[in-house]
Amino acid sequence: MNLWIWVLLAAAIAYLTKLLGYLVPAKVLANPRMSHVAGTLTIGLLASLTVVNAAASGTAVVLDARIGALVAAAIALWFKAPFLVVVLAGAAAAAGLRLLGWP
Amino acid sequence: MRLRDSPAAKIGASIAIATGLYGVSFGALSVASGMDFWQTMALSLLLFSGGSQFAFIGVIAGGGSGVAAMSASALLGIRNGVYGMQLNALLRPTGWRRFAAAHVTIDESTATATGQGDTAEAKRGFWVAGLGIFVFWNIMTAVGAFIGDAMGDPKQWGLDGAAVAAFLALLWPRIKGFQPAAIAVVCAVVTLLAVPLVPPGIPILVAAVAAALIGWFRPAPDQGHDNDGMEPDLDPYQHDAVTRHGGPAGSGEPRGRQA
Repeated sequence: MNLWIWVLLAAAIAYLTKLLGYLVPAKVLANPRMSHVAGTLTIGLLASLTVVNAAASGTAVVLDARIGALVAAAIALWFKAPFLVVVLAGAAAAAGLRLLGWP
Repeated sequence: MRLRDSPAAKIGASIAIATGLYGVSFGALSVASGMDFWQTMALSLLLFSGGSQFAFIGVIAGGGSGVAAMSASALLGIRNGVYGMQLNALLRPTGWRRFAAAHVTIDESTATATGQGDTAEAKRGFWVAGLGIFVFWNIMTAVGAFIGDAMGDPKQWGLDGAAVAAFLALLWPRIKGFQPAAIAVVCAVVTLLAVPLVPPGIPILVAAVAAALIGWFRPAPDQGHDNDGMEPDLDPYQHDAVTRHGGPAGSGEPRGRQA
């Protein structure tokens, strides 16, 4: 399947990005603005991925059991639960709400 | 100093176990998103950067194209290039070690290295965390992929909810002030507005452009990194006090982090 092409290209880009940091003279990339953009990009992408996975269904915005997962995860994070516990809380909330009949 | 006497190696090992364990959630979510077993393993073995791997399968799970998945993963990996620069200045690896170091340059190994007081300890911490996570993460990815395959309908088990929780957990430790919180909210809103207008996967890239523009035109109030998300997203709970505030190595300021 041609998804393989994108998997391998993504892997190659990821490695070359890491390697670039080691090979390019520090002065070239040591621009505070560049590392600031790398930081804001990380936050923006993770926020966007959270929202897409919580509320997008194809090209529609929907409210389903995944919103419950988002709330449960936020509560777990608020109480400083470790990563795996947060993930399990999200799964349990979505599965539980579906048992109660929410889509 | 022998490796097992090294405080940095101990920190690296405990981080390797804690981080490696959650490879199980990546493996299960990856097969639930529609990737097969070997594609899942290829992401953990070859791409090896948790956030980028989750981004790739997150786009695929939402019905996005392979090129959109690759783009989201590549953009999320840019910070690793910045880590590479910091680590190159700190550890100065030479020859083949430089190419190996690049592969294990991720949030956790960077945080372990930059939290140490001297270069020898930083090296031990970096390699123990980096190689340790690589081994555990891949083993647990395979375990998770088997579990995910055996589970049948992923929705019944709430695996789509688990993915939501995973992304929020990756984002959470980076929200350490007003500007990161504002960027997260703006990008969330931009995403919701874009979802009905463009094909699946593209809203994430639209949000990325918004985040990059904010970063470019609204520089951090101070020139430090503490508030702009470039702190590695190291397990923020148990290890924070150890690696960021001196810890058993008796170090003072973290080294190698540039202004």
